[in-house]
Amino acid sequence: MNELREAQEKRLLKAWETPKGWRYWSEVNNTEVGVWYTATSLFFLLYAGVLALLMRIQLARPDGQFLDAETYNQIFTVHGSVMMFLFAIPIFESIAVIFLPQMLGARDLPFPRLSAFGYWCFLLGGIFLCGSLFFDAAPRGGWFMYPPLTSSYQDGIGADIWLLGFSFIEIAAIAAAVELIVGTLKCRPPGMRINLIPLYAWYVLVAAAMVLFAFPPLIAGSMLLEVERAFGWPFFDPARGGDPLLWQHLFWLFGHPEVYIIFLPSVALLAMIVPTFARRPIVGYTWIVLSAVGTGFLSFGLWVHHMYTTGLPGVSLALFSAASEAVAIPTGVQIFCLIATVAAGRRPGGSVPMLFTAGGLAVFVVGGLTGVMLALAPFDFQAHDTFFVVGHFHYVLIGGALFPIMAGLYYYFPLIDGKKLSDRLGRIAFWLMFAGFNVAFLPMHLSGMRGMPRRVFTYPAGLGFDELNLASSVGAFILAAGIAVITWDVLRPKRSEDVSERNPWGAGTLEWLPPLPPATWGVRSIPEIDSRYPLWDQPDFERHVDEGRFYLPDADEVRRETIVTTVIDARPVQCLQLPGPSFITHWAALTIGGFFIFGTFGLWKTALLSGAIGIGVVARWLWTGSAHIPARAEKDVGLGLSLPLYVSGPDSVGWWAVFITMLAVATATVSLLFGYFFYWTVNDDFPPRGAAGPGVFWPCLAAALLLGAWASTMLSRRLNRRDDARGFYAALTGAMALGIAGAAALLAGPWLTGLEPTNGVYPAIVWLLACWAGLHVLTGLIMQAYCLASRLAGRMTARHDMDLANTELFWHFAALTALATVAVIAGFPLAAR
Amino acid sequence: MHPWLSQSALSPAGRGAEEIAELFWRMTGAASVIWLVVAALAVWAVVGGPAKARPAAQRAMIVWGGAVAPTVALGALLAYGLSLLPGLLAAAPPGTLKVSVVGEQWWWRVRYLPAQGAPVETANEIRLPVGEPVDFELRSADVIHSFWIPSLGGKMDMFPGRPTRLVLKPTRTGRFRGVCAEYCGASHALMAFDVLVLEKPEFERWLAAQRRPAVEPSGTAAEGRDLFLANGCAACHAIRGTEAAGVIGPDLTHVGGRLSLAAGALPPGADSLKRWIAKTHEVKPGALMPHFAMLPPEELDALAAYLESLK
Repeated sequence: MNELREAQEKRLLKAWETPKGWRYWSEVNNTEVGVWYTATSLFFLLYAGVLALLMRIQLARPDGQFLDAETYNQIFTVHGSVMMFLFAIPIFESIAVIFLPQMLGARDLPFPRLSAFGYWCFLLGGIFLCGSLFFDAAPRGGWFMYPPLTSSYQDGIGADIWLLGFSFIEIAAIAAAVELIVGTLKCRPPGMRINLIPLYAWYVLVAAAMVLFAFPPLIAGSMLLEVERAFGWPFFDPARGGDPLLWQHLFWLFGHPEVYIIFLPSVALLAMIVPTFARRPIVGYTWIVLSAVGTGFLSFGLWVHHMYTTGLPGVSLALFSAASEAVAIPTGVQIFCLIATVAAGRRPGGSVPMLFTAGGLAVFVVGGLTGVMLALAPFDFQAHDTFFVVGHFHYVLIGGALFPIMAGLYYYFPLIDGKKLSDRLGRIAFWLMFAGFNVAFLPMHLSGMRGMPRRVFTYPAGLGFDELNLASSVGAFILAAGIAVITWDVLRPKRSEDVSERNPWGAGTLEWLPPLPPATWGVRSIPEIDSRYPLWDQPDFERHVDEGRFYLPDADEVRRETIVTTVIDARPVQCLQLPGPSFITHWAALTIGGFFIFGTFGLWKTALLSGAIGIGVVARWLWTGSAHIPARAEKDVGLGLSLPLYVSGPDSVGWWAVFITMLAVATATVSLLFGYFFYWTVNDDFPPRGAAGPGVFWPCLAAALLLGAWASTMLSRRLNRRDDARGFYAALTGAMALGIAGAAALLAGPWLTGLEPTNGVYPAIVWLLACWAGLHVLTGLIMQAYCLASRLAGRMTARHDMDLANTELFWHFAALTALATVAVIAGFPLAAR
Repeated sequence: MHPWLSQSALSPAGRGAEEIAELFWRMTGAASVIWLVVAALAVWAVVGGPAKARPAAQRAMIVWGGAVAPTVALGALLAYGLSLLPGLLAAAPPGTLKVSVVGEQWWWRVRYLPAQGAPVETANEIRLPVGEPVDFELRSADVIHSFWIPSLGGKMDMFPGRPTRLVLKPTRTGRFRGVCAEYCGASHALMAFDVLVLEKPEFERWLAAQRRPAVEPSGTAAEGRDLFLANGCAACHAIRGTEAAGVIGPDLTHVGGRLSLAAGALPPGADSLKRWIAKTHEVKPGALMPHFAMLPPEELDALAAYLESLK
C-alpha cells in the first residue's frame, strides 16, 4: 500500500515539478505565479507608499519647497494610479490566484498559462508606468484623468502612458477575473454545492464579476481619450460637440465599483480568519453572500456621487444620494456577521491576524460613516475635492483593504513559506501602523473642512492648515515605519526557524489541508466535500486525503490534471489536463505589450505590427497548449469514477471563459453606445442637420452580410458535428467571405458618405462604433481561420470541436454587436428626425 | 504671511455654508455615537460572558445592527439632508445681482452684470453686498475648474462649453478666501481669489469705482505706463482709459486696489508686482504669461509703480 502511495506521489511530484534554473520563470502553476504576483503587488505598494511620503514631506509645512509643482503633480497622479491599478486590484487577484485553488481543493486554476500571461503583462506594464517617473515623463492628470486637461492641455507622453499602460494592465486584470470566475464556477471539488462554497470564493466571484463590468467602461473611455489625443477625434472637445462630462460618467462607472472590488475581497480574508479564531463556523453565511452580491449590484448605481458638483439637476442628486446611502446596509450586515461570529465563538486570542482584523474594522467603520456623510449631496457640496475626502477614502481603503490584507499576510504566510511570521514584530508593526495611520489621516478631515482642497502641491500659512498637515506628515512616517517592520519580517532570513505544524491556526477550510510547506501539486487527492468546514466536520478527512482515497490520487500519465465540475451542484464532468511550464506567455505579453508601449510613443505602425505578432503568438500558444485530442476518451479518476478528458460547449471551461470575456466586451460596447446617446442628450443638433452619413443602405447591407456570416458559422458547426468535412469547409469559408464583405460594408457607410471624424463628435462616434464592430468581425475571422486550420491539421474532428464551439459563441456576440451598431448608427438618425 | 480672514467651511458667513456646517456637526455627532456603539459591541463580542453565544442574539445582532438600525438612521438622515437641497439649488429671485466668473489656467475672470449700466470687469477678486443673494454664472475658458468660497457655501464646477450656476447669500461682512477645488494643472494650488463682503452702500461705491477708467499716472508711474505699452503688455491685458485693450489676461484697470496679486499667490504691493513680472514662473509654474526678467531694475520699479497706482 505504502509503495503504491510513494509511486503515486513520485509521479505527482514529477508532473507538478517546478522547472529549475532560468527555466524557473517559465512556471505557470498558481502557487508560483500567485506568489510572484502578490510579491510584485506588494512591491508596488511600497513604491507608491514612498511617493506618499514625498508628498507628505512637501506638505509638512506651508509654502513647501521640497518638490516643484509638476513633480508633485506627477507624484500624486502616480501614487493614486499605482495604488489602485498596480496594488489594490492585483493584490486581490494575486491572493486569489494563490489560494482559490487550495480552498476549492483544485490542483490549479483552469488556465494556468493565462495567469502567467496576466502576471507578465502586469509586470511589464507596471515597470513602464512606474519607470516613467524617473524620466520626468509620468502622467500628471490625476488618477481620474479628467479631460480637457488631459486631452488638450498636457503635452508629452504622460497621459498616453496612463491611458495605454493602464488599459494594458486592465486587460490583464480582466483576464485574471475570467480565470477566477471560471475557477470558482467549474473547478470546485465534487460535492461542494453552491451553498458550501467558502465565503472567500463567493467574494472573489462577486469581485471578479464586478471587474468584468466595471473595467470595460474605463477601457472604452480610455480608448476615446487616446483616440482624441492621437488622432484628434473630438470626443471630449466642447468646441466640436464633445463633452468632458462623458469621461466623468465612464470613469466613475468604473471608479465607484472599483472601491468595492478592492474592499470585498479584503473582507473575504476576514471572513476566513474570524471563524478560525472564534473556533466556529461563520454566523450568517447566507446573509454575507447576499450582502456581498447586493453590494456588487448597488455599487454600479452610485457613480454620480462623484459628480454632485457638476451642476446636475436636484432630482438626480437626491436619487443618487439615496442609492449611495443604501450601500451602507449590506456593508453593515457583513460587519455585524463578523462581530456576531466572534460573539458566538470562543474568545479569540490577541494574535496578529486578529489584531489587524479588529484594527481594520475600527478604521473602516470610521471611513464608512464619513462615506455616509459624503453620500449626502448637500454635505458633499462643501466636502467634495477637499482633504476631508482624502481622509475618508484612506479610512475606507486602509481600514477596509490594507489592514485585512496584512491580517491575511500573517494568517496565510505559513502556506507560502511553511513558517509563521514573527508574532512580536507583527504586534509592533500593527501598533505603529494603527497609531501612525490615525495621526496621519484623522486631521485631514478637519483640514478639509477648513477649506483645504485636494491635489494642491502647496498651501499658504495661517489658514488653519499648518499644524494639521504637520501631524499628517508625522503620522505618515509612523505608518511607514510599521510597514517597514512588516517588510523586514517577511524578508528576514528564517532558515533557523522550524517549519510550522500542519494547520497551525486550527482552521476548518480546505486551504489548510496540506502538510507544510505545501507540495507543488496542491492537494494530495481531490476530496469529496459535504461541509463548509470539512477539516472540522468530516471525520478522518486529512488522513483520507493523504492516503489518496479521494479523486485523482495519481498522475499516471505524468501530466498536470484537475477535476471540472458542474456550476451549481459540483458534479464532476471532466478530468481537465492542464498545460505545463512555457515561455510562450512571456512572448505574448511582450508583443501585445509592445502594441501599447509603441502606441504611447505614437509609433502606431510599429504598434500594430507588434500587436499582429502578438495575435500570432497567442494563436501558437492555443495551438500547442489547448484542445488536444486525447489518446483515450475517458479516464479513471478514482472512487470508481470515469471522466471524459475532452469536453466541448458549455461543459468545458474554455466555453465559459469565452462567454465571460464576451460579457466584458459587450459591456464596453454598451459604454460606447451610451456615449452616442449621451452626445444626443447634450447637443441640440445631433445627428447634425445635413450630416449625410452613414446612411441606411451600407449599414443595413453590413448587418445582412454579418448575420449571414453568423448563420453560416453556426451551420459549419452542425455540419462538422455530422462529420461532413466538405460542408464544414464550405460553410466556414462562406462565413469568412460574408464576414469580410460585411465589415467592408460597415466601414463603407461613413467612408462613402464623407464623414470626417475630426470635424465633429457625430462623425467621430459613428466611425468609432463602426470600427469597434469591425474589430469584432476581424477577431471572428481570425477564430474562423484558426478552426479551418485546426480541422485541416486534424486537431479538430466531429466530436472534438471545442474551438469551433467557442468560435460560434463568439459570433453570437459579434452578430449582436453588429446589429446593435447598425440599429444605432443607421436607425437612430431616422428616429431622431 | 497672508492676512486671510477665513477659508473655512466651519466658520460660515453665508446661508448655504451655515446650513451645511450645521448638517456637518449633527452628522459628526451621530457618527461618533454610532462608532462607539459598534466598537462597544465588538469589545463585548470578544470579552463578553457565555450568555453572548445564544443563536437568537446572533441573529438579532445581524438583523437589528446590520439592517434595521442603518435603514432607520439613513432614512432619517436622507429626510433631513435632502430637505436642504431645494434651498441650496434654488434659482436666484429676479433682480438678483449677476456675476459671471470664468476660470482660466490659473486665475479668475470676473464680470459684474448689474441690472443697470454696463458690465464691470475685474479679476481674482469678488466683492459682495451682505444679506443679498448673488447669482454666479460659471464657465471655464480651458480645463475644468471648480468655484469654491467655503465660508459662503458649497462649490460648483466650471466647464468649457457647459455653463453652471451657483447662488450664494452672504450673511455677514468680512474677508474670505475662495479657491479652485478641481485639479486643473500645474498651478492648481495657486488659483485663489479674495472675497470681501461689504455693507450695501460700501459695495455700491466700490462697484462704481471699478466702473471708472484707470487713473491718469504721473511721475515714475507715467514712465511705467509707457513701458507697459512699449513692452507689449497690452497684447494680453486691458487697462481701461489707455490703449491697452488685450483680452487674454486679467483686466488691470484697478489692479493696484486689489487685496492680493496673481490669483491669491502674492500679497499686494510693488515688491510682489516686480516679482511677478520678472519671475512669473517661479511664482506660478506653467503660467501662460511670459516673464520679463530681462527688464532692468529701474524699469521694473516704474512698471510696478504704475500698476500700484491703478487703485
